[in-house]
Amino acid sequence: MAGDDGLAIRIRGLHKRFGEKIAVDGIDLDVPSGSFYGLVGPNGAGKTTTLSMATGLLRPDAGEVLIHGVDMWRQPLVAKAMVGVLSDGVRLFDRLTGQQMVEYAGLLSGMDRPTAQQRTADLLRLLDLESAGGTLVVDYSAGMTKKIALAAAMVHAPRVLVLDEPFESVDPVSAANIRDILRTYVDGGGTVVVSSHVMDLVERMCDHVAVITAGRVVAAGSVDDVRAGSTLEDRFVELVGGRRVGEGPEWLRHS
Amino acid sequence: MVATLVRLRLLVLRNSFRRSTSQLVAVIIGALYGAVGLLVVLGALVGLSFAPAEVATTAVVLAGSAAVLGWAVFPLLLSGVEQTLDPGHLAVYPIALRPLMVGMLLSGAVGVAGAATTIASLGTALPWLRSPGVALIALVTGVLGAATCIVVSRAVTSIASGLASGRRFREASGLLVLIPLILAGPIIIGITSGLRSSADALPSVAAGLGWSPLGAVWAVPGAVAAGDPLGALLRLLIAVATFAVLWAVWRWGLSRSLVTPTRASARTRAPGKSGLFGILPGTQAGAIAARCLTYWFRDPRYLRQLLVIPLLPAIMWFYSSINHSNGYLFAAGPVVAFALGIGMIADVSYDSTAFALHVSKAVPGRADRWGRASAMLTFGVPAVAIFSLGAAAVEGDWLPAPGLLGLSLGMLLSGAAVCSVTSARFVFPVPEPGDNPFRSRPGANISLIGPTFAAWGVMAVLCLPEIALLTIALVTREAVWSWLGLAAGIILGAVLLVVGVRVGGRVLDARAPELLQQLRKDA
Repeated sequence: MAGDDGLAIRIRGLHKRFGEKIAVDGIDLDVPSGSFYGLVGPNGAGKTTTLSMATGLLRPDAGEVLIHGVDMWRQPLVAKAMVGVLSDGVRLFDRLTGQQMVEYAGLLSGMDRPTAQQRTADLLRLLDLESAGGTLVVDYSAGMTKKIALAAAMVHAPRVLVLDEPFESVDPVSAANIRDILRTYVDGGGTVVVSSHVMDLVERMCDHVAVITAGRVVAAGSVDDVRAGSTLEDRFVELVGGRRVGEGPEWLRHS
Repeated sequence: MVATLVRLRLLVLRNSFRRSTSQLVAVIIGALYGAVGLLVVLGALVGLSFAPAEVATTAVVLAGSAAVLGWAVFPLLLSGVEQTLDPGHLAVYPIALRPLMVGMLLSGAVGVAGAATTIASLGTALPWLRSPGVALIALVTGVLGAATCIVVSRAVTSIASGLASGRRFREASGLLVLIPLILAGPIIIGITSGLRSSADALPSVAAGLGWSPLGAVWAVPGAVAAGDPLGALLRLLIAVATFAVLWAVWRWGLSRSLVTPTRASARTRAPGKSGLFGILPGTQAGAIAARCLTYWFRDPRYLRQLLVIPLLPAIMWFYSSINHSNGYLFAAGPVVAFALGIGMIADVSYDSTAFALHVSKAVPGRADRWGRASAMLTFGVPAVAIFSLGAAAVEGDWLPAPGLLGLSLGMLLSGAAVCSVTSARFVFPVPEPGDNPFRSRPGANISLIGPTFAAWGVMAVLCLPEIALLTIALVTREAVWSWLGLAAGIILGAVLLVVGVRVGGRVLDARAPELLQQLRKDA
């Protein structure tokens, strides 16, 4: 594709301000095509805001987002067709059954009905949701809800998957299954961006990582480069700061 | 602990104002209404001091009983409104039951309704101003009466919340109470006409209520004033016993709800069925129409609007039968068309942040608009056709039928057209998915007023041709005008809908992310 420089996502000078609070303060990010990219940062660092702007859900105040060379905010139709999104903290159309929900997402991306139905069946099988396909999403557990949202994000075979906190409240077995699915997807030439709090998970799963704090990228690159010989968690704490050393207050001690 | 709970209630109240000015305005207006109502009540109570003692007793007992009854019934209608001191949220803290209950009781008196009830209850001393002893007793019974009001509502809620832990039950009960509400007009007319014919019976009704748990507390001062200390004591005993029983019921319900958290119940549909998604066209607009239709029949917030359709003609029939006029029945079609058309004004707001799916899948705005409008039209058009033609059949007057149908279709289509534009532009605070459909957020009604009235006005102007043609047909009794009205309704309505969908689609294409952000802020 024209302008595709081997980058699945290229972000330059991204800015967003909510009233007084600057949520994202000039972020540059290069996500190589075919990478498994982790985005880590403390709460309120601007991860969700960045991902929302990168996926066309939130208009940036300034800056540029290219998806495989296509400007997300100039040609949203072309760019969005290449991106699958799992947003954290948004509702789903939860009065639909799981199956209807995925089929709906497929039809919305413009595919015909037989394709949508076929892919829905495949995804439900892949995510172990076959037996729950007829249950309303509103009655799903938190983990099942994440999985059905993931299915909705993947149904149009995007080249890039952007997943905001995909493992939150997912049980270990399902999380491992989701990891396998994402790994297979990356091996098949896709790009995955996940945000997470769990350093351990990012360290094991991702090959690239960016650390965001206070709306800025403080470190980015391959996981080995970023952790620089230490563990990712130690390095993260070092970069972000805020670690409290010492004992708790006296009254909290029972022995 | 009690003070902490009351302070928590006040804090939450204050913080909810801070969130938006429109909420603050709404609460101020609500408080103004409350204050005016309270002044009227207090004025009436002062006025009663110039009336004979029996009249004062009768009035106070009747009004007081109604208040207790209201406090018992309203929480059921509005379940989920006052969640500040929701026992479910407080269950994790080690709070003993008694301070918890006292705190909830006192915080109940802090809201607008609670404060008004408390002041009015204390005001029952006003009619006895000329005999200070009785007035003093009335002050005490007033406190007890106000406490009874709040305790009865707490007791009812605590029992109901135990029953209503299943989603299905909660939603069904939320809808069932709608029916008496919609039929409130006929019911009130029935009751008042009954009362008017039996005004002489009121004193004896009050006398009876004075011995019942509802009214005993309010009858005590009257009995003292009438020189019946024994009767007063007995009534006081009834009142105290009522309070004690309600307190015990509340205690039981509360202690149970603290250890059995609410849980969801699920019913599974046969897997492999796509429902409406397999029937409607497999396009973006078709999928959106299928989703909207599914919601119309599965989401209580939409079902509430759907329920109005069969009930409205029933109300019209009632009015036309008591007024011996056929005008009301003829209005059924246009009124239903109006309600359905304008009902979509907040369609995107009902999606809440689930609308993010449309944004992330880059759904063209026009497909979104078409899908939503056609979902409503699939049942709206048959409904208004049946009502318009049905009214003509019942009245045996077929001449206005085509014009009536034209007006109904015109209103339906131009309503959909107007809402296609408004719902792409404005986010209304509506009950969130899963909330009680009656839960109007504080401020919801006020901030809706501007755009809603504007939409009504635009719709009225857009429907002027149909209205004019139908009027001419009715005046001249010439069928040709009626048929012209039908043609105008269909053609004009269709053109307007196409324009509305295009304009709304363009607005949506341009501002979908902004709309989503507004929905997020609102959620």
